[in-house]
Amino acid sequence: MSVVEIKGVTKTFAHGNVTALENIELELQPGEFVSLIGPSGCGKSTLLRVIGDLTPPTRGSVTVNGKPAPRARKDGDYGIVFQDSVLFDWRTVAKNIALPLEMLGWDRERRKTRVDEMLDLVELRSFADHHPWQLSGGMQQRVSIARALSFEPALLLMDEPFGALDEMTRERLNLELLSIWEKLGSTVVFVTHSISEAVFLSTRVVVMSPRPGRIAGVVDIDLPTPRTAETRYTPRFFELVTKVRELLRSRGEHLLPEEEELLEADR
Amino acid sequence: MLAQLRRAGIVAVAVVALVGLWELYHWIWATAGWTWPFTVNDTSMPHIWTIFKAFGQPAQVNQPSLINVLLHKTAFTAKEAAVGFGIGAVIGFVLAVVLVHSRLLQRGFLPYIVVSQTVPILAIAPMVVVWVNPKLPAPLQGWGAVAVIATYLTFFPVTINTLRGLQAADPRALELMRTYAATRWSVLWKVRVPSSLPYLFSALRLSATASVVGAIIGELPTGLQNGLGGAIFNFNEYYSIEPQELWATDVIAAFLGIAFFVLVVVAEKAIVRRAPENVA
Amino acid sequence: MKRIVEWLPALAVFVLVVGLWEGLVRALHVQQFLLPKPSTIVSVFWSDRHTLWPAGWYTFKEALGGFAIGSGLGILAATLVGRFKTVGTALMPIFIAANAVPIIAFAPIFGAWFNPISPRSKMAVAGVLCFLPVMVNTLRGLNSAKPRQIELMRSYAASELEIWRRVRVPTALPFLFTALKVASVLAMIGAIVGEYFGGSLDALGVTINNAADVFQFPLAWAGILVASLLGIALYGAVVAAERVVVRWAPDTRDA
Repeated sequence: MSVVEIKGVTKTFAHGNVTALENIELELQPGEFVSLIGPSGCGKSTLLRVIGDLTPPTRGSVTVNGKPAPRARKDGDYGIVFQDSVLFDWRTVAKNIALPLEMLGWDRERRKTRVDEMLDLVELRSFADHHPWQLSGGMQQRVSIARALSFEPALLLMDEPFGALDEMTRERLNLELLSIWEKLGSTVVFVTHSISEAVFLSTRVVVMSPRPGRIAGVVDIDLPTPRTAETRYTPRFFELVTKVRELLRSRGEHLLPEEEELLEADR
Repeated sequence: MLAQLRRAGIVAVAVVALVGLWELYHWIWATAGWTWPFTVNDTSMPHIWTIFKAFGQPAQVNQPSLINVLLHKTAFTAKEAAVGFGIGAVIGFVLAVVLVHSRLLQRGFLPYIVVSQTVPILAIAPMVVVWVNPKLPAPLQGWGAVAVIATYLTFFPVTINTLRGLQAADPRALELMRTYAATRWSVLWKVRVPSSLPYLFSALRLSATASVVGAIIGELPTGLQNGLGGAIFNFNEYYSIEPQELWATDVIAAFLGIAFFVLVVVAEKAIVRRAPENVA
Repeated sequence: MKRIVEWLPALAVFVLVVGLWEGLVRALHVQQFLLPKPSTIVSVFWSDRHTLWPAGWYTFKEALGGFAIGSGLGILAATLVGRFKTVGTALMPIFIAANAVPIIAFAPIFGAWFNPISPRSKMAVAGVLCFLPVMVNTLRGLNSAKPRQIELMRSYAASELEIWRRVRVPTALPFLFTALKVASVLAMIGAIVGEYFGGSLDALGVTINNAADVFQFPLAWAGILVASLLGIALYGAVVAAERVVVRWAPDTRDA
């Protein structure tokens, strides 16, 4: 049974003048790590928001865990991580992680145990009582991930979570994310504008093209797991990166040269 | 253009609504005879129309109409407030410029500038006026002392805010100036002052009202008859007989405060127009 | 140790100014009668304490009452207006203009309403002065919750009430305290200056005014000293409360 079913989803803005997504069809199986990649304006972030019922589709439907997306949201079936960590300044790290647990009504004992587990998972145990502004950007993102995973959602939605970080921190966090994913067995939808990141992390890469946002193609990533830093040097890795890049280029004939570089952050 | 019309429309609606509420409150409370929070009758809450009419009539026998008298007094008070505001703004600005260049002076004076906000400066207004008055040259006496109060009330917020603004200059812009081997003077005028403008105007908006308040209060002790403060004090004495006079004066005083404020806002729009990111 | 060194320049200035004041008045034989020496003021502050201190307390209660009521109503109004966004944005210019009105000019009217002798009239002045800054700032705070944080809460299927409780209110707290600091100062000033238009003989403002009228300036200045100390005390109380409540912000020290 698929975790997420996206059927015929179309999303328009400004009374139909701007088509962000057109007729998207996609199915996600449990335990997959799927990246959405594409240039600015291809709608990948919008698609993520539609899956998370943060914005309704104009046409089409989204089913999560067999339920319509709004109910899945109300049932707490997914966790979300944004590009900026969106932590609450007035809460300590520990209390930030506990936020969804409080919302779900867990009692204090259970919350404390889980928060400690998550802190160990992201290796921030000694920072439990710090405030967000005392932490570096990478650490804040780890807290954000810990918070998203704290209630063990079946589905994890991530919108360019490492986009604001430097490349070394990003590569390190990629490895951490993979180990967490393996441990928990969740399904992940990961939006990124970095080809190498998408190929490194995913089991499948969905390439999108802009104006209107459509799926240009899907690349199955058959790299062996567990993936390590060495994986980036393998020939197969380069092949897959090239395949994705060509898919992007071919379906984006009307792209500007700069956009091909995918250095612009999507919004 | 449309936005301004819309805004004017909202103001007009608000004024009408307020007048309506006033009369409604008056009618309900007077009819029901409630005495909380205060007793409502024609003396404590004169009808809007009565107040309006009072403008056209003389306050005392053989005198020009009230609006005439009040406008003269307003001009007098406005002069005190404006002079005080202007001088205070200049002093505040200069002080901020001096302080931004010296950490030592900052540490010496800032605690007082902060504490001074808690000193009821307005409370010493009467005494300052009495003290300063004889020291001024003859043509400045009277209103000049009151202008001093307005100056005092203006320069503290201007100093603090301008200082904060001067310090808020983008460090990278400052570094850039260093690569041009710029003098402190040009750094000041090309980088610091422009970035301090939103903060400066935020203080000026506050001070606009403060200087009007200072001018009104400052007129009290000397019994200066020529200004609004004196008018308020006098009409207070006759309140039970002619309440609408005091109300009329207060309405004018309110307009004076708003007028000063609006002038500052207009000036701000004109001067800071180039900087799209003023969020002060 | 470093902290003490930081305070030295301020201390130096204090000593310098007081010393200069005392010295100049003595040396130039300035009419003490208008600007008394600090030493005279302090001695009157002490010798007349049986008049001054109770008067200070009387006026302080007016200020405190006005502060509490005005701020409370301000927070309430901000909450109400915050719930109905469109009303808030439409009325904002009105509130800002109202803030520009010299409220003190209306002190005599409050006197007429609540009886000039009673403390209630001065409490009303203080209250009105506190209401606007608290309301405007709290409203601004409630509206400055980051959109992403709201989105996050929606991903948890949070109700509007929960969003208020967990996001909007904590975001508004620093703004509220900034306004309370301003209000604490205004309350005391409002109470005293309100009394200049008439008030009970037990009140500090009246005492100061009467003393000034009969040229008893040391007494008047001593009264001002009492007023300042009380104002500082109220301000300090708000700052202390802020340190406790808004513990998280790195720059709570901003005055």
